Amino acid sequence: MSTLPTSTAGTALVAVEDATQGMFVTMTIANQIFGIPVLKVQDVLGPQRIAHVPLAPPEILGSLNLRGRIVTAVDARTRLGLPPRSDSTEGMSVVVEHAGELYSVVVDKVGEVMSLPAADFERNPATLDPRWQEISNGIYRLQGTLLVVIDVPRFLRLDQAHAA
Amino acid sequence: MDDLLRDFLTETSENLATLDVELVRLEQNPNDPDLIGSIFRLVHTIKGTCGFLGLPRLEHLAHAGENVLGKFRDRELQVTPVAVDLILASIDRIKALLNYLEQHEVESPEGNDEDLIASLNAMAEGKLGGQTASAAKEEAPKAQEAAPSAPSVVDPFAPDEFGFVPVPAGDMATLSANMNGGKPIEPPPTAKAATVATVVAPSGEGQTGKSGAASIADQSIRVNVDQLETLMTTVSELVLTRNQLLQILRGQKDSSFAAPLQRLNQVTSELQEGVMKTRMQPIGNAWAKLPRIIRDLAHELNKKIELQMLGAETELDRQVLELIKDPLTHMVRNSADHGIETPAERLRAGKPETGIVTLNAYHEGGHIIIDILDDGRGLAVDKIRAKILEKGLASESELAAMTEQQVMQFIFKAGFSTAEAVTSVSGRGVGMDVVRTNIERIGGTVDFKSVAGKGSSFSIKIPLTLAIVSALIVECLDERFAIPQISVVELVKASPTSEHRIELINETPVLRLRNRLLPLVSLRKTLKLGEDDIQANGNAFVVVVQVGNSTFGVIVDRVFDTEEIVVKPVALILRNIGLFSGNTILGDGSVIMILDLNAIVMHAGDVHSPAARGQAIASAHVGHGETKQSLLLFRAGEGAQKAVPLALVARLEEIDCATLEYSEGVPMVQYRGKLMPLVPVTQGVAIPKVGTQAVLVFADKDKHMGLMVDEILDIVEERLQVDLSGRRPGTLGTSIISGKATDVVDAAFYLSQAFQSWFGEDDGAFDGDVSRRVLLVDDSPFFRNLLTPLLTVAGYDVTAVENANEALKLQEDGASFDAIVSDIEMPNMNGFDFVSALRGGEGKWSKLPIFAMSSHATPRDLERGRQAGFTDYVAKFNREGLLNALHESLKQGGNLS
Repeated sequence: MSTLPTSTAGTALVAVEDATQGMFVTMTIANQIFGIPVLKVQDVLGPQRIAHVPLAPPEILGSLNLRGRIVTAVDARTRLGLPPRSDSTEGMSVVVEHAGELYSVVVDKVGEVMSLPAADFERNPATLDPRWQEISNGIYRLQGTLLVVIDVPRFLRLDQAHAA
Repeated sequence: MDDLLRDFLTETSENLATLDVELVRLEQNPNDPDLIGSIFRLVHTIKGTCGFLGLPRLEHLAHAGENVLGKFRDRELQVTPVAVDLILASIDRIKALLNYLEQHEVESPEGNDEDLIASLNAMAEGKLGGQTASAAKEEAPKAQEAAPSAPSVVDPFAPDEFGFVPVPAGDMATLSANMNGGKPIEPPPTAKAATVATVVAPSGEGQTGKSGAASIADQSIRVNVDQLETLMTTVSELVLTRNQLLQILRGQKDSSFAAPLQRLNQVTSELQEGVMKTRMQPIGNAWAKLPRIIRDLAHELNKKIELQMLGAETELDRQVLELIKDPLTHMVRNSADHGIETPAERLRAGKPETGIVTLNAYHEGGHIIIDILDDGRGLAVDKIRAKILEKGLASESELAAMTEQQVMQFIFKAGFSTAEAVTSVSGRGVGMDVVRTNIERIGGTVDFKSVAGKGSSFSIKIPLTLAIVSALIVECLDERFAIPQISVVELVKASPTSEHRIELINETPVLRLRNRLLPLVSLRKTLKLGEDDIQANGNAFVVVVQVGNSTFGVIVDRVFDTEEIVVKPVALILRNIGLFSGNTILGDGSVIMILDLNAIVMHAGDVHSPAARGQAIASAHVGHGETKQSLLLFRAGEGAQKAVPLALVARLEEIDCATLEYSEGVPMVQYRGKLMPLVPVTQGVAIPKVGTQAVLVFADKDKHMGLMVDEILDIVEERLQVDLSGRRPGTLGTSIISGKATDVVDAAFYLSQAFQSWFGEDDGAFDGDVSRRVLLVDDSPFFRNLLTPLLTVAGYDVTAVENANEALKLQEDGASFDAIVSDIEMPNMNGFDFVSALRGGEGKWSKLPIFAMSSHATPRDLERGRQAGFTDYVAKFNREGLLNALHESLKQGGNLS
C-alpha cells in the first residue's frame, strides 16, 4: 500500500499529543486527498471484478462479491462530477458499511490511516463546488495539502446528485 | 399437544431446574437476599402461569410455596434446612404433576396436596418448628402412599398407552429397556411396579430429570432467533461454496475430489434442510389471534360468524410467517366484515344464520397455499363499479368494456374500500392494495373468485421460504440474470426457420405458441442492455413465465441451468430501479441480479400505454362519446392501411400457399376439417404460389371465411370516427387511426361475398317469406353501416336512423316495421327513454319487438332493459345473438298474426 509522503511526519506527532483526534483512511481521487473515518471502513480492496447492474444510476459501477457478501460499488469520480480515470489505473475500493449494507467507494488510490487533530478541522468553504459540499463534512488542514472528509451517508445519497 | 402447554412445560422445567440449584445454594447462604428474591420470583411465575392455564392443583401448591418464600424474603422466617426441605418437597411434587401433565395433557385428577399445603401454610405461619420439619419430610411419602390407592394412571405395561406418549422414536429404545426391566417410567423405590401411579412420585432421586422417558422439556431448548438467522446465513454461504466446488468438479473428469465432494454435497443439503426446519413454524401461530378478532367483530356488527381453521399445523418459514400475518388478518377481517351478511339477510337468502369463514392452509409443490373462504354475499360488482367511477379510477366507457373479473381486480387498487360505512374494522381504504403488495413482495400471489350471493374465496400462494430459491440463470448480452424457477413455465427456442419464430406487431414482439399469441418482453430492451435486434437475428430463447394471471415470454440470448440461489436484498441505493427482486452470488462467485417478473411485466405494459393513452385523449375530442374499441390494423392491396373491429375477427392465421385449393375459381383452404373460402380484400390481386398468406378468419355459425391480407400491423384501442365520404364496396369509410388515414373494412360485405359465392343462399331468416322490415336506431355511423348490410344479408329490409327522435318521427309519419333494434347510449334520448316512450304511447309501434343493443351487457343492464320494455338485450358485436333474437321473435310474431 502506498503512503502519502506529505503527511507521515505530521501524523506521528499529532497522534501522541492530541487525544481528541479523529482517525481517517486517506485516499486520492484526481490528486485530491480525501478521508473516511476509519471506524466506517471495513476493508480496502484492489481492483475487483465488478458485475454491471442494468439501469443503475451512472455512479454505480455494479456489484461485487466480498467473501460472500454483496457490495455495491460507487465510483467516486462520477459522484464528484470528475472525469473518468484513465484506463491504465483500475482504482481501489474502500468498503464501508451503511445502513447494514456494504458499499465500496472506488477511488484512484488508497493511502494510509491518519490521526487528525480537531484543531485542524474546518467547515467547507462556501465557495466549494455544491457537489463536493454535499458529500463532505469539512476539511482538515494538513501540511502542504488539504484533506476533504467524506460523509458516507451523504456520499451514498444518490437521488440528490441526480436532482442537482 | 397445545403449543401453550408445551411452552409452559419447557419453561417451567427450566425454572424448576434452576430452583433446585438455587434452593441448595440458599441452604448454604440462608441470608442472601438476591437469592431469595430470585427463588421467590421463579415460584411466583410458576404460580401465575398455572393460574393462567387453569391448572388449579399446581397453582395452589405453588401458592403455598410462594407464601413461605415470601416470609423468607421479608425476613419473617429463618431459612432452615427443614424449611428448604419442605420447599424442595413441594417442588418435587410440582415436577411430578408436570410429568403427568406432559403425558396426559390434563392435570392429574388423582391425589391431593393438602398435606404439603398444610405443612407449607403451617411453616408460613411460623407454627412449624424443628420437630415439625421432620414431620413435613414425612408428609411427602404420605402423599405417595395415598396415590397407589387410586387406579394406575400410567401403566407402562399397557402397550397402547405408549402409542400416545409423546416421545420421539429415538427414545423408544430407552423406553422399551425400561419396560423389559418391568419397571414403570419413574419407579419410586418403595412402590410396587405394576400399581404405582407416577403422578405423585415425589421420591427425591426419581425426580432429578433422569426419568426413563425423555420429556419434552428435556428435548427442546430455546435458541435466540438471531442465532438461528446467523446459522442460516452461514449455511447459505456453505451452500454457495458447495455449488462453487461442484461447478469446478463438473469441469474435471476423474477427480479424486469427486467422492468426498459428493458426500459434502449431501451433507450440506441435509444441513440446509435441517436448519431450514428450525425456522419452520406452524401457520397456526399466525392465526392465533383470529378467533378473538372474529368473535369481537361478530359482536360489533351483530353477525353470527364461525371461523374454521384447517391445516393450522402446516409449517412455513417464520420470516414468511411474520410477513403474511398482517395481510391474513386483514383478509379474514374483510371476509367477516364485507362478506358475511347479517343473520336476517342470510335467512332471507336461504342460508343458515351463521356465516362461515374458513381458513385452509396446505402445501403444494414448494409453496404454501392459504385459502380464505366465506359463504357470504360475494363481491358486489355494482358497488365496485360505482366506487371506481366515484374515485375516478376509470371512465364509464372503460368500465363498460371490462369483464366482471377485471372490475373486481380494482379491490386491489390503493384507496379502495367498498364497505358502506367505515367500521372500526375495515373500510378505511388501506386494504387489499397493501395486502397484495405485501404478498407479492415475498414472491407470492393472490387470486380470488367471487360468486354473488354464494361467497368469495381468496387464495394466497407463497413460497415456503425466502432464503433459498431455485432460479433459472439466463444471459443477455454477456450479462447474466436469475429468473425465479417457480414462475418459469417452459423454455422455447426461437429461430426464423423453426416453427417458433418471433414476430413483430408494430415493433412489439409476439410468439405463436400452440395456437396462441404469447406477448414477449425483450430483456435487452427492458434493461436497456443494448439494441434490440430481433429482426436482424431471430435466434433467441424465450422463457415463458407466469406471474399472477398473466403469461408472457422473456426474450434472452442464452439459458444456462437452474441453480439454488440465496436471495439477498438489493442495496438500498439500487432499490428504485424496481426491476430486480434481489441479487445473489452464483457458484462461480459472480454477483447477478434476480429479475422481478411482476415489475417487468408491469414495466412492459407501461411502455405501450402512454402512447395509447395520448391517442385516446386526442380522439376523445373528435369522437362524441363512442365506445373505445379494439381495432385490428392491417395492410392489404393498394392504398391506406385498413382496420376491422377486432371483435369481428375470430382468429388470425398464416396459411401455407401450397395448401391452397381452388373450386370454381374461388381459392380455399382446409380449415378445421372444413373448407374455408378465402377472399381477397381487393379483387384481382394475385395470390402467391409459395410462402405463406396471412388471413383474418371471420366465423359465422360453423362457417369460416378467410380475408387475405398482406400484413397484420397492430391492434389499437380507438374511438372510431368514420368519415363516410367516398364509400367503396368493402369499406365503411375512412377514419384516422394512430394518426394515419385508415380504411375501415366492412366485414359484412366480404362475409356476404364469400357466403353467397360459395355456400350459395344463406339459410335465410324466412324461407321464401317477404322480407321483414327492421328499424335500426344507432347514433354511431360505424354501427349503422356495420349492421345494415349484415341484416340485409340475413334477409331483412333495414331502415337506419341516427337517433330516437328521428325514429319517433317515422312513427308519426306512419312508417311500419316488424322490429326495432336500438342502441342504448345515444345523445338527447337514450334507448331506455326511447323504448318507454314507445311502450307508453298509443302509437302502432307500442307492441313491436324492440331489441336493445349495447356494450353494457351485465345482468343489471339486462334487467333494466327488460323493465324499460325491451324484448331482449343483445351485446354489441354479438351478431349471431342479434340475428337469432330477431329470427325467434319475428317467427313467433308471424305465427301469432
